[in-house]
Amino acid sequence: MTENGKTVHLIIKRQDGPNSESYVEEFEVNYRPSMNIVSALMEIRKNPVNKKGVETLPVQWESICLEEVCGACSLLVNGEPRQACSTLVDQLEQPIHLAPLNTFEVERDLIVDRKRMFEALMKVKAWVEIDGTQDLGPGPRLNERERQFAYELSKCMTCGLCFEACPNVNDKSTFMGPAPIAQVKLFNTHSTGKMQEPMRLDEIMKEGGITSCGNSGNCVEVCPKEVPLTKTLGYLNRDTTLYSFKRFFYDG
Amino acid sequence: MAQQKIVVVGGGLAGLMATIKVVEMGMDVDLLSLVPVKRSHSACAQGGINGALNTKGEDDSPERHFQDTIYGGDFLANQKQVWGMCETAPHIINMFDRMGVMFNRTPEGLLDLRRFGGTQHRRTAFSGATTGQQLLYALDEQVRKYEAEGKVQKFEGWDFVSAILDEDGVCRGVTGQELLSMNMRAFKGDAVIMASGGPGMIFGRSTNSLINTGAAVGKLYRQGASYANGEFIQIHPTAVPGDDKLRLMSESARGEGARVWTYKDGKPWYFLEEKYPAFGNLVPRDIATREIFDVCVNQKLGVNNENMVYLDVSHIDTDYLNVRLGGILEIYQKFMGDDPRKVPMKIFPGVHYSMGGIWVDNQQHTSIPGLFAAGECDYSQHGANRLGANSLLSAVYGGMVAGPEAVRYAKGLTESTNGLSEKIFDDQLKVDEEEISGILSMNGEENAYKLHQEMGQVMTENVTVVRENNNLKRTDEVLNDFMERYKQINIQDSLKWHNHAVSFVRGLEGMMDLAKAITQGAYLRNESRGAHYKPEFPDRNDEDWLKTTMASFDASSREPQFSYEDVDTSMITPRKRDYTGGKAGAK
Repeated sequence: MTENGKTVHLIIKRQDGPNSESYVEEFEVNYRPSMNIVSALMEIRKNPVNKKGVETLPVQWESICLEEVCGACSLLVNGEPRQACSTLVDQLEQPIHLAPLNTFEVERDLIVDRKRMFEALMKVKAWVEIDGTQDLGPGPRLNERERQFAYELSKCMTCGLCFEACPNVNDKSTFMGPAPIAQVKLFNTHSTGKMQEPMRLDEIMKEGGITSCGNSGNCVEVCPKEVPLTKTLGYLNRDTTLYSFKRFFYDG
Repeated sequence: MAQQKIVVVGGGLAGLMATIKVVEMGMDVDLLSLVPVKRSHSACAQGGINGALNTKGEDDSPERHFQDTIYGGDFLANQKQVWGMCETAPHIINMFDRMGVMFNRTPEGLLDLRRFGGTQHRRTAFSGATTGQQLLYALDEQVRKYEAEGKVQKFEGWDFVSAILDEDGVCRGVTGQELLSMNMRAFKGDAVIMASGGPGMIFGRSTNSLINTGAAVGKLYRQGASYANGEFIQIHPTAVPGDDKLRLMSESARGEGARVWTYKDGKPWYFLEEKYPAFGNLVPRDIATREIFDVCVNQKLGVNNENMVYLDVSHIDTDYLNVRLGGILEIYQKFMGDDPRKVPMKIFPGVHYSMGGIWVDNQQHTSIPGLFAAGECDYSQHGANRLGANSLLSAVYGGMVAGPEAVRYAKGLTESTNGLSEKIFDDQLKVDEEEISGILSMNGEENAYKLHQEMGQVMTENVTVVRENNNLKRTDEVLNDFMERYKQINIQDSLKWHNHAVSFVRGLEGMMDLAKAITQGAYLRNESRGAHYKPEFPDRNDEDWLKTTMASFDASSREPQFSYEDVDTSMITPRKRDYTGGKAGAK
């Protein structure tokens, strides 16, 4: 089963725990049509033997839905930030290099700690304030055109690929990252959510907020859900400028 | 009395809704979830959520929704519970609307509605074809607000291990293990709400997420919780077979006009439209599944002689498709390479949902005092077959009932959990830690994931669309063999960080026991009803089988023990279910 085209050759950057050294291990698994990166990793789990034929620790990774809607299976495939489930083996050059995202701390093998993304969502108050879940009738009417704009933003899975691609997200910067900032626009678009717009804008006007974006445009290139990140950050730039004028003249 | 606390296990729609309700009633929550709650399986629901908003001038009402749901479930659901859900449904949709869910709109800015299977009314609110994701995010956001206020503490990346029962058998919390550190601890609670989702992974490949193992429910079943109607497994008619999973193609495609067909005598044959003129492609799922199965397997008329038929939206305007079904069309294109806007999709039925689950009463109490259940892990709302777009609704409704009920229960406790001796917690931790040491020392010849794959194949072949008693009996014997082989597993991973094999092997034990409850339940039920179809007994038999199956675990024999409970039919008298005529759902 080793003739050309019948196997998949994987070179995986591994790490046994948060404080361990990383190492590289190669694997060869049997090829099947319509295989993706997750199904290739599943083969290793069923038979944890490396390319040299030596038994090894099964490779650990994160994956949940396998249809690109949960955001769990982010990793580097041949150096590109991708969702492992929707990355088909047939579309890749072999050997296939897999590595954990660089931007986040590695916990084990391909698993990284993305808690900071969720913390950023908390910081920017990424929710619509409601009085409670009691029956208060329907929400506000919404223009379908605005709805379509907002829906594109609401598809963000907090997968972290935009963090990986952004040159300004790194350990020397306090930038909170493209995805959480874009969510501000989502909640500011909704007519109830808009009532908390100043609080959210205040938050992204602080250090590490929107002014840390360098407009490289890398984020939108890698977003698996095609969330219009750069365009949205552009709108927010305008919103924060207007808001700071208003704040200066009316509250200052 | 010290501040009381509720433990919620599972962060999908049911668990998050329960959490919000508990906090609104003034109690704090510890929320355990195997994964960040935003990645829960609710995100995979596509087509929409049902509620009789009656904004289309079609004279819809909660009563009609109730009629359709009971009839669609072949009269096996307890009616008062279902009525509660249908009556609350419009409020639930309005609540999500207020939370900012980007539901599709009409030209005047109201919620748009579309049609789903088993009804002739438009009552499904939707957000493109990623409605579950959007609803999940809305509750995730609201819970994050409570997290910021310190009212909810999330434990994400924690695996549920066991319920903690005191000497009277009352649930006083759970034990959990953190995947990263592999640390164990007890979570004390005055009540526990299970919202751990469905057991699809028992069937290997399904439309479910990899986390839908049923492991938590399997453990509770082993600890004494009754498991109800386990034999009722929904096989979704339109899934895309894949190497690693079966990817769902939402019923909403047919709601928007997709047609199911194959070639017969060289011409397209729209077999559902021909046989069911009133409902057409929107017959309930169990019926569509059996028809597709029959066309492919018995009549050998599948596309290219394979087990596939066409699901076709290529006649519908592209812009319309993108706004209303964009999410699923992108999935199909990404994974299959074909653009479904231009060429018909190829689909086949796949395991999708469990109507069965932990037994609960009208207020979501399980058979264990202090333990509640909500969402797909409970059995209560769907009878013998679930209607499309009722799952998001039942998950939210279950949480909405379980949360307040758990608070009421906790307030009524004569002895709060904080006052109890540490012993009951320490004892359970000790048992669980011994179990883990046992798992870590397993050094046989079997690989747990291969064993699981084999079990899934056997279950899918024998306990899904068509069920024969001989095969069911043999499957039960094969499951016994699997249980023996389980003892020969080699753990293959000795590390103390993210050792997912430990949690998988621990869960696999309970999955096998649930598989037996499902298989034997199907063997014993000698009739056909909803998703449960036996050619040997092709008709529904209300005289003998209008009953809820209750399985309880017998530890000494490791076999399920069955008893049966009457179904509440106090509101609608059961009648024959037949969709070949006209207005079947209406009276």
